[in-house]
Amino acid sequence: MMTRQAAFMPASGGSAAPAAPAAAEPFVDFNRVWLAYNDELAHKGEFAVEDISLQVAPGEFIAIVGPSGCGKSTFMKLATGLKPATRGIVKIAGQKVTGPLKQVGMAFQAPTLLPWRTTLDNVMLPLEIVEPYRSTLRARRDEYIERARKLLHTVGLAGYEDKYPWQLSGGMQQRASICRALIHEPRMLLLDEPFGALDAFTREELWCVLRDLWQAQRFNVILVTHDLREAVFLADTVYVMSQRPGRILMRKEIDLPRPRDLELTYTEPFADLVHVLREKIGHVRQH
Amino acid sequence: MMTLTSAQERRVQRVAPWLLLAAVLLLWQGACMAFGVSDFILPTPSAIVASLVEYAGVIAGHAWRTFWTTMVGFGVAIAVGVLLGLAMGSSRLLYAASYPLMTAFNALPKAAFVPILVVWFGLGAGPAILTAFLISFFPIMVNIATGLATLEPELEDVLRVLGAKRRDVLFKVGLPRAMPYFFASLKVAITLAFVGTTVSEMNAANEGIGYLLVSAGSAMKMPLAFAGLVVIAVMAMAMYELFAVVEKRMTGWAHRG
Repeated sequence: MMTRQAAFMPASGGSAAPAAPAAAEPFVDFNRVWLAYNDELAHKGEFAVEDISLQVAPGEFIAIVGPSGCGKSTFMKLATGLKPATRGIVKIAGQKVTGPLKQVGMAFQAPTLLPWRTTLDNVMLPLEIVEPYRSTLRARRDEYIERARKLLHTVGLAGYEDKYPWQLSGGMQQRASICRALIHEPRMLLLDEPFGALDAFTREELWCVLRDLWQAQRFNVILVTHDLREAVFLADTVYVMSQRPGRILMRKEIDLPRPRDLELTYTEPFADLVHVLREKIGHVRQH
Repeated sequence: MMTLTSAQERRVQRVAPWLLLAAVLLLWQGACMAFGVSDFILPTPSAIVASLVEYAGVIAGHAWRTFWTTMVGFGVAIAVGVLLGLAMGSSRLLYAASYPLMTAFNALPKAAFVPILVVWFGLGAGPAILTAFLISFFPIMVNIATGLATLEPELEDVLRVLGAKRRDVLFKVGLPRAMPYFFASLKVAITLAFVGTTVSEMNAANEGIGYLLVSAGSAMKMPLAFAGLVVIAVMAMAMYELFAVVEKRMTGWAHRG
Protein backbone atom coordinates (compact mmCIF):
# COMPACT_ATOMS: atom_id res chain seq x y z
CA MET A 1 0.00 0.00 0.00
CA MET A 2 2.71 2.44 0.96
CA THR A 3 4.83 1.84 -2.12
CA ARG A 4 1.83 2.54 -4.24
CA GLN A 5 1.28 5.81 -2.52
CA ALA A 6 4.89 6.82 -3.00
CA ALA A 7 4.61 6.12 -6.70
CA PHE A 8 1.69 8.47 -7.05
CA MET A 9 3.09 11.17 -4.83
CA PRO A 10 2.81 14.41 -6.77
CA ALA A 11 6.14 15.87 -7.74
CA SER A 12 5.09 19.30 -6.53
CA GLY A 13 4.63 18.43 -2.88
CA GLY A 14 7.47 15.92 -2.92
CA SER A 15 10.01 17.86 -0.91
CA ALA A 16 8.10 17.83 2.34
CA ALA A 17 6.68 14.37 1.81
CA PRO A 18 8.03 11.75 4.17
CA ALA A 19 9.15 8.60 2.42
CA ALA A 20 7.53 5.30 3.27
CA PRO A 21 9.76 4.51 6.31
CA ALA A 22 8.73 7.75 8.02
CA ALA A 23 5.08 6.74 7.90
CA ALA A 24 4.99 6.87 11.67
CA GLU A 25 4.79 10.64 11.47
CA PRO A 26 1.18 11.67 11.03
CA PHE A 27 0.17 13.66 7.95
CA VAL A 28 -2.59 15.50 9.76
CA ASP A 29 -1.98 16.21 13.42
CA PHE A 30 -4.52 17.99 15.63
CA ASN A 31 -3.18 18.59 19.11
CA ARG A 32 -5.86 19.76 21.56
CA VAL A 33 -7.42 22.19 19.13
CA TRP A 34 -10.18 24.61 20.14
CA LEU A 35 -11.88 27.11 17.92
CA ALA A 36 -14.18 30.00 18.68
CA TYR A 37 -15.33 32.05 15.71
CA ASN A 38 -14.31 35.34 17.31
CA ASP A 39 -12.65 36.74 20.40
CA GLU A 40 -15.91 37.65 22.04
CA LEU A 41 -17.20 34.09 21.80
CA ALA A 42 -13.84 32.79 22.99
CA HIS A 43 -14.13 35.06 26.01
CA LYS A 44 -17.56 33.72 26.84
CA GLY A 45 -16.25 30.20 26.44
CA GLU A 46 -18.47 29.43 23.46
CA PHE A 47 -16.46 27.23 21.16
CA ALA A 48 -17.48 25.66 17.87
CA VAL A 49 -15.13 22.75 18.42
CA GLU A 50 -13.41 21.76 21.64
CA ASP A 51 -10.29 19.87 22.47
CA ILE A 52 -9.88 17.99 19.22
CA SER A 53 -6.91 15.69 19.03
CA LEU A 54 -6.38 13.29 16.19
CA GLN A 55 -3.61 11.91 14.04
CA VAL A 56 -4.03 10.81 10.46
CA ALA A 57 -1.44 8.67 8.71
CA PRO A 58 -0.28 9.61 5.20
CA GLY A 59 -2.73 8.33 2.63
CA GLU A 60 -5.40 7.60 5.22
CA PHE A 61 -9.06 8.16 4.44
CA ILE A 62 -10.92 9.53 7.42
CA ALA A 63 -14.57 10.42 7.80
CA ILE A 64 -16.11 12.73 10.35
CA VAL A 65 -19.72 12.11 11.21
CA GLY A 66 -22.07 13.76 13.62
CA PRO A 67 -25.40 15.53 13.95
CA SER A 68 -25.89 18.60 11.80
CA GLY A 69 -24.41 21.79 13.14
CA CYS A 70 -21.87 19.90 15.23
CA GLY A 71 -18.83 21.70 13.89
CA LYS A 72 -17.87 19.24 11.16
CA SER A 73 -17.41 22.03 8.67
CA THR A 74 -15.48 23.98 11.29
CA PHE A 75 -13.11 21.06 11.45
CA MET A 76 -12.56 21.40 7.71
CA LYS A 77 -11.76 25.07 8.06
CA LEU A 78 -9.17 24.22 10.70
CA ALA A 79 -7.61 21.49 8.60
CA THR A 80 -7.22 23.82 5.61
CA GLY A 81 -6.02 26.79 7.61
CA LEU A 82 -8.99 28.88 6.50
CA LYS A 83 -9.60 29.48 10.21
CA PRO A 84 -6.77 29.64 12.74
CA ALA A 85 -7.15 27.57 15.89
CA THR A 86 -8.01 29.58 18.99
CA ARG A 87 -6.04 27.14 21.11
CA GLY A 88 -3.89 24.15 20.27
CA ILE A 89 -1.84 23.29 17.23
CA VAL A 90 -2.78 21.98 13.80
CA LYS A 91 0.04 20.42 11.79
CA ILE A 92 -0.16 19.21 8.23
CA ALA A 93 2.77 17.19 6.89
CA GLY A 94 4.79 18.16 9.94
CA GLN A 95 4.30 21.88 9.36
CA LYS A 96 2.33 24.09 11.69
CA VAL A 97 -0.65 25.55 9.84
CA THR A 98 -0.62 29.35 9.99
CA GLY A 99 -2.67 30.40 6.97
CA PRO A 100 -4.70 28.86 4.16
CA LEU A 101 -2.87 25.81 2.82
CA LYS A 102 -1.92 25.77 -0.82
CA GLN A 103 -2.72 22.96 -3.20
CA VAL A 104 -5.51 21.39 -1.19
CA GLY A 105 -8.46 19.98 -3.12
CA MET A 106 -11.91 20.81 -1.81
CA ALA A 107 -15.44 19.91 -2.83
CA PHE A 108 -18.72 20.85 -1.24
CA GLN A 109 -22.35 19.83 -1.36
CA ALA A 110 -22.88 22.52 -4.00
CA PRO A 111 -20.67 21.79 -7.02
CA THR A 112 -19.68 25.51 -7.31
CA LEU A 113 -18.63 25.14 -10.93
CA LEU A 114 -18.12 28.34 -12.87
CA PRO A 115 -21.10 28.71 -15.23
CA TRP A 116 -19.11 30.51 -17.93
CA ARG A 117 -16.60 27.71 -18.28
CA THR A 118 -17.04 24.35 -19.94
CA THR A 119 -16.59 21.21 -17.88
CA LEU A 120 -13.04 20.86 -19.15
CA ASP A 121 -12.16 24.48 -18.39
CA ASN A 122 -13.69 24.16 -14.94
CA VAL A 123 -11.51 21.17 -14.19
CA MET A 124 -8.46 23.04 -15.51
CA LEU A 125 -9.00 25.96 -13.09
CA PRO A 126 -6.61 24.77 -10.35
CA LEU A 127 -3.85 24.36 -12.95
CA GLU A 128 -4.16 28.08 -13.65
CA ILE A 129 -3.52 28.83 -9.98
CA VAL A 130 -1.31 26.16 -8.41
CA GLU A 131 2.43 26.00 -9.07
CA PRO A 132 4.23 24.41 -10.86
CA TYR A 133 1.34 24.06 -13.31
CA ARG A 134 0.59 27.75 -13.38
CA SER A 135 3.93 28.76 -14.87
CA THR A 136 4.09 25.81 -17.26
CA LEU A 137 0.48 25.95 -18.39
CA ARG A 138 1.21 27.80 -21.59
CA ALA A 139 4.00 25.49 -22.68
CA ARG A 140 2.39 22.22 -21.65
CA ARG A 141 -1.25 23.05 -22.20
CA ASP A 142 -1.97 20.04 -24.41
CA GLU A 143 -0.51 17.69 -21.86
CA TYR A 144 -2.64 19.18 -19.08
CA ILE A 145 -5.77 19.11 -21.19
CA GLU A 146 -5.07 15.46 -21.88
CA ARG A 147 -4.75 14.86 -18.16
CA ALA A 148 -8.05 16.60 -17.45
CA ARG A 149 -9.76 14.58 -20.17
CA LYS A 150 -8.39 11.38 -18.67
CA LEU A 151 -9.61 12.31 -15.22
CA LEU A 152 -13.05 13.17 -16.57
CA HIS A 153 -13.04 9.85 -18.36
CA THR A 154 -12.36 7.94 -15.14
CA VAL A 155 -15.37 9.52 -13.44
CA GLY A 156 -17.58 8.78 -16.42
CA LEU A 157 -17.74 12.25 -17.93
CA ALA A 158 -16.10 11.44 -21.25
CA GLY A 159 -17.99 13.27 -23.98
CA TYR A 160 -19.13 16.04 -21.65
CA GLU A 161 -15.90 18.04 -21.72
CA ASP A 162 -17.33 20.88 -23.79
CA LYS A 163 -20.70 21.08 -22.06
CA TYR A 164 -21.50 23.89 -19.69
CA PRO A 165 -22.41 23.12 -16.07
CA TRP A 166 -26.09 23.86 -16.60
CA GLN A 167 -26.17 21.21 -19.29
CA LEU A 168 -25.11 18.55 -16.77
CA SER A 169 -27.18 16.75 -14.15
CA GLY A 170 -26.48 17.32 -10.45
CA GLY A 171 -24.50 14.09 -10.21
CA MET A 172 -22.41 14.98 -13.25
CA GLN A 173 -21.69 18.43 -11.86
CA GLN A 174 -20.51 16.85 -8.63
CA ARG A 175 -18.24 14.49 -10.55
CA ALA A 176 -16.74 17.47 -12.34
CA SER A 177 -16.34 19.25 -9.02
CA ILE A 178 -14.40 16.28 -7.62
CA CYS A 179 -12.22 16.24 -10.74
CA ARG A 180 -11.49 19.90 -10.17
CA ALA A 181 -10.45 19.08 -6.61
CA LEU A 182 -8.04 16.39 -7.82
CA ILE A 183 -6.59 17.62 -11.12
CA HIS A 184 -3.49 19.13 -9.50
CA GLU A 185 -2.84 15.89 -7.59
CA PRO A 186 -3.17 17.38 -4.13
CA ARG A 187 -1.92 15.41 -1.16
CA MET A 188 -5.09 16.20 0.71
CA LEU A 189 -8.70 16.16 -0.44
CA LEU A 190 -11.40 17.70 1.73
CA LEU A 191 -14.99 16.81 1.07
CA ASP A 192 -17.81 18.56 2.89
CA GLU A 193 -20.93 16.45 2.41
CA PRO A 194 -20.14 16.18 -1.29
CA PHE A 195 -22.93 13.72 -2.05
CA GLY A 196 -25.55 15.23 0.25
CA ALA A 197 -27.70 16.70 -2.49
CA LEU A 198 -27.74 13.63 -4.74
CA ASP A 199 -30.24 10.82 -5.03
CA ALA A 200 -29.39 7.49 -3.41
CA PHE A 201 -28.32 5.70 -6.61
CA THR A 202 -26.13 8.49 -7.86
CA ARG A 203 -24.62 8.79 -4.43
CA GLU A 204 -23.59 5.13 -4.32
CA GLU A 205 -22.19 5.44 -7.81
CA LEU A 206 -20.06 8.37 -6.73
CA TRP A 207 -18.88 6.51 -3.64
CA CYS A 208 -17.34 4.02 -6.03
CA VAL A 209 -15.86 6.81 -8.17
CA LEU A 210 -14.21 8.32 -5.11
CA ARG A 211 -13.10 4.90 -3.87
CA ASP A 212 -11.38 4.15 -7.18
CA LEU A 213 -9.71 7.55 -7.40
CA TRP A 214 -8.39 7.20 -3.88
CA GLN A 215 -7.31 3.61 -4.39
CA ALA A 216 -5.28 4.70 -7.41
CA GLN A 217 -3.64 7.81 -5.97
CA ARG A 218 -3.76 7.42 -2.19
CA PHE A 219 -4.08 11.06 -1.26
CA ASN A 220 -5.31 11.91 2.23
CA VAL A 221 -9.05 12.36 2.44
CA ILE A 222 -11.10 14.09 5.09
CA LEU A 223 -14.74 13.41 4.39
CA VAL A 224 -17.35 15.25 6.40
CA THR A 225 -20.74 13.61 6.19
CA HIS A 226 -23.85 12.71 8.11
CA ASP A 227 -24.34 9.53 6.11
CA LEU A 228 -22.97 6.72 8.29
CA ARG A 229 -23.05 4.14 5.49
CA GLU A 230 -21.03 6.46 3.33
CA ALA A 231 -18.47 6.92 6.11
CA VAL A 232 -18.12 3.20 6.81
CA PHE A 233 -17.97 2.25 3.15
CA LEU A 234 -15.25 4.73 2.23
CA ALA A 235 -13.12 5.50 5.26
CA ASP A 236 -10.26 3.82 7.08
CA THR A 237 -11.18 5.59 10.26
CA VAL A 238 -14.44 7.24 11.32
CA TYR A 239 -14.63 9.93 13.97
CA VAL A 240 -17.93 10.71 15.67
CA MET A 241 -18.42 14.30 16.73
CA SER A 242 -20.77 15.51 19.45
CA GLN A 243 -23.27 18.28 19.08
CA ARG A 244 -22.01 21.82 19.51
CA PRO A 245 -19.54 22.42 20.93
CA GLY A 246 -18.04 19.69 18.76
CA ARG A 247 -15.87 17.15 20.49
CA ILE A 248 -14.62 13.85 19.22
CA LEU A 249 -16.59 11.17 21.01
CA MET A 250 -15.36 8.10 19.28
CA ARG A 251 -12.67 6.92 16.92
CA LYS A 252 -13.65 3.81 15.03
CA GLU A 253 -11.27 1.99 12.74
CA ILE A 254 -13.02 0.39 9.84
CA ASP A 255 -11.14 -2.86 9.30
CA LEU A 256 -13.26 -4.06 6.42
CA PRO A 257 -11.08 -5.51 3.66
CA ARG A 258 -10.25 -3.46 0.58
CA PRO A 259 -11.06 -3.07 -2.21
CA ARG A 260 -14.61 -2.68 -0.99
CA ASP A 261 -17.57 -3.44 -3.13
CA LEU A 262 -21.08 -2.01 -2.83
CA GLU A 263 -22.23 -5.52 -1.95
CA LEU A 264 -20.30 -5.09 1.26
CA THR A 265 -22.86 -2.58 2.47
CA TYR A 266 -25.40 -5.39 2.79
CA THR A 267 -23.21 -7.62 4.93
CA GLU A 268 -23.37 -8.18 8.65
CA PRO A 269 -19.99 -6.69 9.68
CA PHE A 270 -20.84 -3.53 7.73
CA ALA A 271 -24.23 -3.21 9.35
CA ASP A 272 -22.67 -3.81 12.77
CA LEU A 273 -20.22 -0.97 12.26
CA VAL A 274 -22.95 1.39 11.11
CA HIS A 275 -24.98 0.35 14.10
CA VAL A 276 -22.19 1.07 16.54
CA LEU A 277 -21.78 4.56 15.09
CA ARG A 278 -25.52 5.14 15.02
CA GLU A 279 -25.82 4.24 18.68
CA LYS A 280 -23.08 6.64 19.59
CA ILE A 281 -24.82 9.44 17.73
CA GLY A 282 -28.17 8.52 19.21
CA HIS A 283 -26.43 8.78 22.54
CA VAL A 284 -25.23 12.24 21.64
CA ARG A 285 -28.75 13.36 20.84
CA GLN A 286 -30.12 12.48 24.27
CA HIS A 287 -27.80 14.86 26.06
CA MET B 1 -46.63 21.28 -35.87
CA MET B 2 -45.33 22.57 -32.56
CA THR B 3 -42.12 23.93 -34.00
CA LEU B 4 -43.99 25.68 -36.76
CA THR B 5 -46.34 27.42 -34.38
CA SER B 6 -43.49 28.45 -32.08
CA ALA B 7 -41.57 29.78 -35.10
CA GLN B 8 -44.64 31.73 -36.14
CA GLU B 9 -45.05 32.98 -32.62
CA ARG B 10 -41.50 34.30 -32.67
CA ARG B 11 -42.08 36.02 -35.97
CA VAL B 12 -45.16 37.70 -34.58
CA GLN B 13 -43.17 38.80 -31.54
CA ARG B 14 -40.57 40.30 -33.84
CA VAL B 15 -42.95 42.47 -35.78
CA ALA B 16 -45.17 43.28 -32.80
CA PRO B 17 -43.24 46.43 -31.72
CA TRP B 18 -43.41 47.82 -35.26
CA LEU B 19 -47.09 47.10 -35.50
CA LEU B 20 -47.70 48.84 -32.20
CA LEU B 21 -45.62 51.82 -33.31
CA ALA B 22 -47.57 52.05 -36.55
CA ALA B 23 -50.87 51.82 -34.69
CA VAL B 24 -49.89 54.57 -32.24
CA LEU B 25 -48.74 56.84 -35.07
CA LEU B 26 -51.93 56.26 -37.01
CA LEU B 27 -54.06 56.95 -33.96
CA TRP B 28 -52.04 60.09 -33.24
CA GLN B 29 -52.31 61.31 -36.81
CA GLY B 30 -56.01 60.47 -36.95
CA ALA B 31 -56.80 62.16 -33.65
CA CYS B 32 -54.93 65.32 -34.59
CA MET B 33 -56.71 65.52 -37.93
CA ALA B 34 -60.14 64.63 -36.57
CA PHE B 35 -60.05 67.20 -33.78
CA GLY B 36 -58.15 69.77 -35.81
CA VAL B 37 -55.32 70.09 -33.29
CA SER B 38 -52.93 72.79 -34.39
CA ASP B 39 -49.28 71.91 -35.06
CA PHE B 40 -48.31 74.33 -32.33
CA ILE B 41 -50.08 72.31 -29.62
CA LEU B 42 -49.33 68.82 -30.86
CA PRO B 43 -47.81 68.34 -34.30
CA THR B 44 -48.95 65.36 -36.32
CA PRO B 45 -46.45 62.57 -37.07
CA SER B 46 -46.50 63.58 -40.71
CA ALA B 47 -45.57 67.15 -39.78
CA ILE B 48 -42.73 65.85 -37.60
CA VAL B 49 -41.44 63.70 -40.47
CA ALA B 50 -41.74 66.66 -42.81
CA SER B 51 -39.66 68.84 -40.54
CA LEU B 52 -37.18 65.99 -40.04
CA VAL B 53 -36.64 65.99 -43.78
CA GLU B 54 -36.68 69.76 -44.12
CA TYR B 55 -34.09 70.35 -41.40
CA ALA B 56 -32.17 67.10 -41.95
CA GLY B 57 -28.81 68.85 -42.24
CA VAL B 58 -29.25 71.00 -39.13
CA ILE B 59 -30.63 68.11 -37.10
CA ALA B 60 -27.78 65.84 -38.17
CA GLY B 61 -25.24 68.39 -36.97
CA HIS B 62 -26.89 68.74 -33.58
CA ALA B 63 -27.43 64.99 -33.32
CA TRP B 64 -23.76 64.31 -34.01
CA ARG B 65 -22.79 66.77 -31.28
CA THR B 66 -25.14 65.15 -28.79
CA PHE B 67 -24.00 61.70 -29.83
CA TRP B 68 -20.29 62.23 -29.33
CA THR B 69 -20.61 64.19 -26.10
CA THR B 70 -22.83 61.41 -24.75
CA MET B 71 -20.35 58.76 -25.83
CA VAL B 72 -17.42 60.58 -24.22
CA GLY B 73 -19.37 61.03 -20.99
CA PHE B 74 -20.50 57.43 -21.11
CA GLY B 75 -16.95 56.23 -21.74
CA VAL B 76 -15.74 58.13 -18.69
CA ALA B 77 -18.69 56.69 -16.74
CA ILE B 78 -17.67 53.15 -17.69
CA ALA B 79 -14.05 53.74 -16.67
CA VAL B 80 -14.89 55.44 -13.38
CA GLY B 81 -17.86 53.17 -12.63
CA VAL B 82 -15.83 50.00 -13.18
CA LEU B 83 -12.90 51.23 -11.09
CA LEU B 84 -15.09 52.40 -8.20
CA GLY B 85 -17.17 49.23 -8.47
CA LEU B 86 -14.03 47.11 -8.30
CA ALA B 87 -12.84 48.96 -5.23
CA MET B 88 -16.21 48.79 -3.51
CA GLY B 89 -16.79 45.16 -4.44
CA SER B 90 -13.40 43.97 -3.22
CA SER B 91 -13.38 45.75 0.11
CA ARG B 92 -16.16 45.28 2.60
CA LEU B 93 -15.02 48.34 4.50
CA LEU B 94 -15.02 50.57 1.45
CA TYR B 95 -18.43 49.22 0.47
CA ALA B 96 -19.90 50.01 3.88
CA ALA B 97 -18.21 53.40 4.01
CA SER B 98 -19.13 54.69 0.58
CA TYR B 99 -22.53 53.19 -0.13
CA PRO B 100 -24.64 55.73 1.83
CA LEU B 101 -22.67 58.60 0.34
CA MET B 102 -23.07 57.27 -3.17
CA THR B 103 -26.79 56.73 -2.70
CA ALA B 104 -27.20 60.29 -1.46
CA PHE B 105 -25.27 61.56 -4.44
CA ASN B 106 -27.37 59.51 -6.80
CA ALA B 107 -30.54 60.99 -5.37
CA LEU B 108 -29.48 64.53 -6.36
CA PRO B 109 -31.11 65.83 -9.53
CA LYS B 110 -28.26 65.99 -12.00
CA ALA B 111 -29.83 68.95 -13.83
CA ALA B 112 -29.02 70.98 -10.73
CA PHE B 113 -25.32 70.41 -11.40
CA VAL B 114 -25.43 72.06 -14.81
CA PRO B 115 -25.14 75.70 -13.64
CA ILE B 116 -22.25 74.71 -11.36
CA LEU B 117 -20.53 72.87 -14.19
CA VAL B 118 -20.99 75.90 -16.42
CA VAL B 119 -19.22 78.05 -13.85
CA TRP B 120 -16.37 75.55 -13.74
CA PHE B 121 -16.05 74.62 -17.39
CA GLY B 122 -17.89 77.29 -19.35
CA LEU B 123 -20.51 76.72 -22.02
CA GLY B 124 -20.24 73.89 -24.52
CA ALA B 125 -19.24 70.25 -24.50
CA GLY B 126 -17.67 70.22 -21.02
CA PRO B 127 -20.85 70.42 -18.94
CA ALA B 128 -22.70 68.06 -21.30
CA ILE B 129 -20.02 65.39 -21.06
CA LEU B 130 -19.84 65.72 -17.30
CA THR B 131 -23.60 65.62 -16.82
CA ALA B 132 -23.80 62.48 -18.95
CA PHE B 133 -21.03 61.00 -16.83
CA LEU B 134 -22.54 61.98 -13.48
CA ILE B 135 -25.93 60.56 -14.32
CA SER B 136 -24.71 57.26 -15.77
CA PHE B 137 -21.74 56.03 -13.72
CA PHE B 138 -23.81 55.08 -10.70
CA PRO B 139 -25.64 52.01 -12.07
CA ILE B 140 -22.38 50.72 -13.56
CA MET B 141 -20.54 51.08 -10.27
CA VAL B 142 -23.29 49.49 -8.20
CA ASN B 143 -23.65 46.54 -10.54
CA ILE B 144 -19.94 45.77 -10.65
CA ALA B 145 -19.73 46.05 -6.87
CA THR B 146 -22.76 43.79 -6.40
CA GLY B 147 -21.39 41.21 -8.83
CA LEU B 148 -18.13 41.05 -6.92
CA ALA B 149 -19.59 41.20 -3.42
CA THR B 150 -22.00 38.30 -3.94
CA LEU B 151 -19.32 35.70 -4.64
CA GLU B 152 -20.19 32.34 -3.05
CA PRO B 153 -18.01 31.78 0.04
CA GLU B 154 -17.50 28.10 -0.85
CA LEU B 155 -16.04 29.05 -4.19
CA GLU B 156 -13.73 31.51 -2.53
CA ASP B 157 -12.61 28.78 -0.11
CA VAL B 158 -11.89 26.39 -2.98
CA LEU B 159 -9.66 29.01 -4.57
CA ARG B 160 -7.97 30.12 -1.37
CA VAL B 161 -6.85 26.62 -0.42
CA LEU B 162 -5.31 26.35 -3.87
CA GLY B 163 -3.14 29.28 -2.90
CA ALA B 164 -5.02 31.79 -5.08
CA LYS B 165 -4.09 35.41 -4.57
CA ARG B 166 -6.71 38.13 -4.42
CA ARG B 167 -5.89 39.05 -7.98
CA ASP B 168 -6.50 35.46 -9.10
CA VAL B 169 -9.89 35.39 -7.42
CA LEU B 170 -10.75 38.72 -9.04
CA PHE B 171 -9.75 37.78 -12.57
CA LYS B 172 -10.76 34.12 -12.60
CA VAL B 173 -14.07 34.43 -10.80
CA GLY B 174 -15.05 37.91 -9.63
CA LEU B 175 -14.93 39.76 -12.93
CA PRO B 176 -16.44 37.07 -15.17
CA ARG B 177 -19.18 36.67 -12.58
CA ALA B 178 -19.83 40.43 -12.59
CA MET B 179 -20.09 40.61 -16.39
CA PRO B 180 -23.84 39.97 -16.66
CA TYR B 181 -24.42 42.68 -14.05
CA PHE B 182 -22.08 44.97 -15.94
CA PHE B 183 -23.79 44.59 -19.32
CA ALA B 184 -27.22 44.92 -17.77
CA SER B 185 -26.07 48.20 -16.23
CA LEU B 186 -24.70 49.45 -19.55
CA LYS B 187 -28.16 49.25 -21.07
CA VAL B 188 -29.59 51.37 -18.28
CA ALA B 189 -26.65 53.75 -18.18
CA ILE B 190 -26.56 54.59 -21.89
CA THR B 191 -30.14 55.82 -21.88
CA LEU B 192 -29.43 57.85 -18.77
CA ALA B 193 -26.36 59.34 -20.42
CA PHE B 194 -28.51 60.71 -23.26
CA VAL B 195 -30.81 62.27 -20.70
CA GLY B 196 -27.83 63.90 -19.02
CA THR B 197 -26.41 65.35 -22.22
CA THR B 198 -29.74 66.71 -23.38
CA VAL B 199 -30.57 68.33 -20.07
CA SER B 200 -27.18 70.00 -20.02
CA GLU B 201 -27.48 71.20 -23.62
CA MET B 202 -30.88 72.66 -22.91
CA ASN B 203 -29.36 74.85 -20.22
CA ALA B 204 -25.90 75.60 -21.36
CA ALA B 205 -24.94 75.01 -24.96
CA ASN B 206 -25.18 76.45 -28.45
CA GLU B 207 -25.16 73.08 -30.07
CA GLY B 208 -26.73 69.68 -29.64
CA ILE B 209 -30.24 68.30 -29.66
CA GLY B 210 -30.94 69.83 -26.27
CA TYR B 211 -30.16 73.28 -27.64
CA LEU B 212 -32.24 72.51 -30.73
CA LEU B 213 -35.23 71.60 -28.53
CA VAL B 214 -35.07 74.87 -26.66
CA SER B 215 -34.49 77.08 -29.68
CA ALA B 216 -37.17 75.33 -31.76
CA GLY B 217 -39.57 75.72 -28.85
CA SER B 218 -38.90 79.41 -28.47
CA ALA B 219 -39.25 79.82 -32.24
CA MET B 220 -42.61 78.06 -32.04
CA LYS B 221 -41.38 75.38 -34.41
CA MET B 222 -43.02 72.53 -32.54
CA PRO B 223 -42.65 69.94 -35.29
CA LEU B 224 -38.89 70.59 -35.23
CA ALA B 225 -38.77 70.19 -31.43
CA PHE B 226 -40.57 66.89 -31.74
CA ALA B 227 -38.20 65.85 -34.50
CA GLY B 228 -35.35 66.47 -32.04
CA LEU B 229 -37.05 64.22 -29.48
CA VAL B 230 -37.46 61.51 -32.10
CA VAL B 231 -33.77 61.69 -32.97
CA ILE B 232 -32.75 61.33 -29.32
CA ALA B 233 -35.09 58.39 -28.84
CA VAL B 234 -33.71 56.67 -31.93
CA MET B 235 -30.10 57.21 -30.84
CA ALA B 236 -30.73 55.95 -27.31
CA MET B 237 -32.63 52.95 -28.56
CA ALA B 238 -29.97 52.06 -31.11
CA MET B 239 -27.27 52.15 -28.42
CA TYR B 240 -29.46 50.14 -26.08
CA GLU B 241 -29.93 47.47 -28.73
CA LEU B 242 -26.20 47.49 -29.46
CA PHE B 243 -25.41 46.76 -25.83
CA ALA B 244 -28.14 44.15 -25.68
CA VAL B 245 -26.46 42.32 -28.56
CA VAL B 246 -23.01 42.67 -26.99
CA GLU B 247 -24.44 41.41 -23.70
CA LYS B 248 -25.91 38.36 -25.34
CA ARG B 249 -22.66 37.53 -27.08
CA MET B 250 -20.42 38.11 -24.06
CA THR B 251 -22.53 36.54 -21.34
CA GLY B 252 -24.66 34.00 -23.13
CA TRP B 253 -23.99 31.56 -20.28
CA ALA B 254 -26.07 33.69 -17.95
CA HIS B 255 -29.10 33.77 -20.28
CA ARG B 256 -29.66 30.13 -21.06
CA GLY B 257 -33.13 29.17 -22.02
